[in-house]
Amino acid sequence: MFDTLWYSRKLRVWVAQIALMGSLAALIWWIGGNTAQNLTERGIRTGLDFLSRPARFPISETILHYSPEDSFLWAFIVGLANTLWLSALTILLATVLGLALALARLSAHPMLSRLAAGYVTVFRNIPLIVQLLFFYGVATSVFPPPREAWTPLPGIYLTLRGAYAPDLFLSSSGSWLLAAIALALILTLRIAWRWPTGKALLPLPARLCAAVALWLGASIAIWHLAGRPVRLEFPELNGLNFRGGQHLSPEFCAIILGLTLYTAAFVGEVIRGGVQAVSKGQWEGGRSLGLSERQIMFRIILPQALRIIIPPMTSQYLSTVKNTTLAVAVGYPELGLVVNTVINQTGQALESILIMLGVFLTISLSVSALMNWLNARVALVER
Amino acid sequence: MTITARLAFLALPLATMMAANAGHTETTLETVRERDRLICGASQGTPGFGAPDDNGYWRGLDVETCRAVAVAVLDDKDAVDFVPLSGQQRIPALQTGEIDILPRTLTWTVQRDANGIDFTTPNYYEFTGFMMPKSLGIEKVEDMAGATVCVQTGSTTEIVVNDVSAKHQLDLQPVVFDNTSAARQAFFSGRCDALITDAGALASVRASMADRPDDYVIFPATEYVDALTPAVRHGDNQWADIVRWSIQTLIAAEAFGITQGNVDEMLNSDDPRIRRFLGTDPGNGTALGLSDDFAYRIVKALGNYGEVFERNVGMGSPLKLDRGYNALFNQGGLMFPLAFQ
Amino acid sequence: MQSTVMTSPHLRRKSPLVLRIAKAFFGDLLGACLTLLSVGILLALVPAFKWAFIDAHWYVATPQGCFSGGACWAFIGSKLRLILFGLYPPEEQWRAALVVGVILIMVLLTAWPRLWGARLLALWAVGIALMLVLMAGGIAGLPPVPTSKWGGLPVTLLLATLSLGMAFPFAVILALARRGSLPIARAIAIFLIEIVRGLPLVGLLFVAAILLPLFLPADWTIDKLGRTLAALTIFAAAYLAEVVRGGLQGLPSGQIEAAQALGIPYWKTVWHIVLPQAIQKVIPPLTNTAIVMVKNTSLVLIVGVFDMLSAARSAATDPAWPAPSKEAYLFVAAIYLVICYGISLYSRHLEAGINARNRS
Repeated sequence: MFDTLWYSRKLRVWVAQIALMGSLAALIWWIGGNTAQNLTERGIRTGLDFLSRPARFPISETILHYSPEDSFLWAFIVGLANTLWLSALTILLATVLGLALALARLSAHPMLSRLAAGYVTVFRNIPLIVQLLFFYGVATSVFPPPREAWTPLPGIYLTLRGAYAPDLFLSSSGSWLLAAIALALILTLRIAWRWPTGKALLPLPARLCAAVALWLGASIAIWHLAGRPVRLEFPELNGLNFRGGQHLSPEFCAIILGLTLYTAAFVGEVIRGGVQAVSKGQWEGGRSLGLSERQIMFRIILPQALRIIIPPMTSQYLSTVKNTTLAVAVGYPELGLVVNTVINQTGQALESILIMLGVFLTISLSVSALMNWLNARVALVER
Repeated sequence: MTITARLAFLALPLATMMAANAGHTETTLETVRERDRLICGASQGTPGFGAPDDNGYWRGLDVETCRAVAVAVLDDKDAVDFVPLSGQQRIPALQTGEIDILPRTLTWTVQRDANGIDFTTPNYYEFTGFMMPKSLGIEKVEDMAGATVCVQTGSTTEIVVNDVSAKHQLDLQPVVFDNTSAARQAFFSGRCDALITDAGALASVRASMADRPDDYVIFPATEYVDALTPAVRHGDNQWADIVRWSIQTLIAAEAFGITQGNVDEMLNSDDPRIRRFLGTDPGNGTALGLSDDFAYRIVKALGNYGEVFERNVGMGSPLKLDRGYNALFNQGGLMFPLAFQ
Repeated sequence: MQSTVMTSPHLRRKSPLVLRIAKAFFGDLLGACLTLLSVGILLALVPAFKWAFIDAHWYVATPQGCFSGGACWAFIGSKLRLILFGLYPPEEQWRAALVVGVILIMVLLTAWPRLWGARLLALWAVGIALMLVLMAGGIAGLPPVPTSKWGGLPVTLLLATLSLGMAFPFAVILALARRGSLPIARAIAIFLIEIVRGLPLVGLLFVAAILLPLFLPADWTIDKLGRTLAALTIFAAAYLAEVVRGGLQGLPSGQIEAAQALGIPYWKTVWHIVLPQAIQKVIPPLTNTAIVMVKNTSLVLIVGVFDMLSAARSAATDPAWPAPSKEAYLFVAAIYLVICYGISLYSRHLEAGINARNRS
């Protein structure tokens, strides 16, 4: 569109563009030269061979198994796994909360919609890192020390070192059994649902109830026959701290709570925007068909809004992944904090930071590509 | 604007960059003199070792180490800017020339020495310690089984936690922070049972941050002592020499019995070592690229190591540390002066 | 049909208030459930309210007075100087306060659409120069204050305004390049924009704080504040470029063709015809980016720049007070909330104005 404005002679345009390209290349060349010169002059170690050396530093909580004897490379991977775990959990929770917020804001209920609007205003306009630090301050000052732990339910302990809950231990036969029982539930329901209406003795709801009852009885019986292959491990106060059971650290709680509440405010607005962008005629059409408001919302409006929502939602999800780097501020060991530590231990800042940037760039660009593809697919379906 | 003009416009900044690149690299001494300020890396606030007071004036043992260099080079103990740096920034900041000296908070290790920085001479010897509330009744490492430990990243202590935990099978649970004050605050809020860092810094934390300092106990984490050593960037030997001998001046002055109060009288001393030291007999200063009276000026402005120690971390300070390893060699410590000749 | 439309507002006016409220809140089963839910949420907020206001200490003689009960706002009072101005020398503090004042005045002037144009840009240039001189000193008899002593609110505001201001020209160039049909220029623009947008700001700040000095010749030194500002500027430029591109996309091509037919040179067309219209179209997302950047300045805490949040965090470590970090962060949160919500209200006001004009 604007090229017509540019000098019409194509040659000049190309010369200018090649010059631009050349200066960019020169700039990169210059930076590279400086870096190489600085590195050698100052005797800074370079190269990636440190990746295979043992890391020797601790990581406070990990999804993958990690011990300080593992290599630096594994430490990076463990950090990345924590980042992805944090992102996935946040995205899931924030989407659910965001949907609830959007529905609340769209509802005709005067009080609820105002509450939701107030929530969105407050959480959108305060920097995430302030929220994280605040929640971390709350997590480590409101709760009692381990020896005076609060126990809202037996086996659950709330302390300023985090929350402890009983852990479920399954033997391998137990997990197979559990999977089989879950599968059986699906099958039972399916059979009850599809049962030919003519031959049925009972109406559908009663049939479903009966099926579930049958399944429950059979499962319990099998469970006992199999010798109850599961046990609960309760956390116990042992010496200075609770041992055993599931543990949620205050760092993890603060970051997950902060990220979820913050992201939900944005997700809620994206969903609301999408719903409002669906034309009014759709509502009226639904009403004239005699559908209830709820049916219109879930059957007509939301599916259409979904198409509008996908692009902004993608960028929300991507910013969530990027926002996990703020966990550095509260001490949750995601990739950024691991990179920090590695820089300290090895002094190889250049390699470590480039690895971190590369990882995030890969995630961002591949998710964008995936979402563009998905978006194109969804758009094609549109008639 | 024509295409050519536009091209020239683009090329200009690049050309300047290239030209700037071709220029010769200044030595640190030249840079500091030209700037007329010395830039020192500082901690994020460890009272007694390095922290701004209520008026923003930096005080502390490490701060005075920097001031000694400023006196030697610029003849002004206040011609120093202090840049607070977090753990992961301090070494890159030194390597890349953002700061001229990184005083202490840095253990002399082979990995660091071999990687872009040069250590000068230790200004503080210290063991790595744990601090715990007395109420827990634990006073040695062997009893710490299962303890949660607040660790600040960017220090050798991360590795100490791991080593100690493995050696005594303690299963210590580290909680790692990227920021000194966050780690300390987490400890005092009860997030951790113990805080690990250099014992001197622990004493500082206890004196400055604890509500009742007597409620906390500090004990060694290992049987080893670390040499905390101001570092300079690799490759400028003249600058490393200046920093090394400025620190040595403080120690030597104490060994010679020269204080801020008697340094003027000492100028008339007959002892040839003292005369060489203070520059009455010339030669030392010019050899370093300084004026011959640099040691006199340092002692006149700051006193000797003993005075600096007492004022900042010793009995005359809230930290109340005894000299311990940092006493002179002839009083059972590790500090000894090199020969000023 | 006609009659219901006519009478229903009339009827609504007639029905008593109590009845209307009852209908809104307990009209049907769902409505009643939602009302209960809302009341439940409000009740859950009561303890927080009690802590923050009823049990709070607004003034205490000594910090000991805060060791029990609710929020300790007295702490904010005693640390106000540190949180707002950081380590800036107390006797020079009026300069930092003046800088905050100048920024506020500039922002208010900018919010006045009548002033938009080249003169406002010039005013900003003068204003920024004035602010930097005030902060740094060293001339006009002002004692110099090194950037390592800058801190608090002025740093937050300077980072936000300077990064946005400096990013804008780059953003326009990038957006024009990306919309244009010069293939290499477009490729470069896409490459730069997507790389920056694909990275977390924390990553860019790490690069600025730790790596940038390695990239530059040994004798170039930019202090940490400057490098942080560079990172924020690059970040803002990429996001602003996408916003400006959105504005360019909505522009009818006839306008440019007309300008070209009249023989108006490219940059003049851009300056007088393209940009004013494109920017007017994207005022809501522009202000949104401004809000994002104001919030993003708080991330400089991670690389140790002493902004308002860092200052609050260090104020909260004072052992004399009983763990006042909640109060400190709430105070900072309130300042951000006022700034960001103010910008978004302004944006809505502008948007309403534009919509009204478009309709008439």
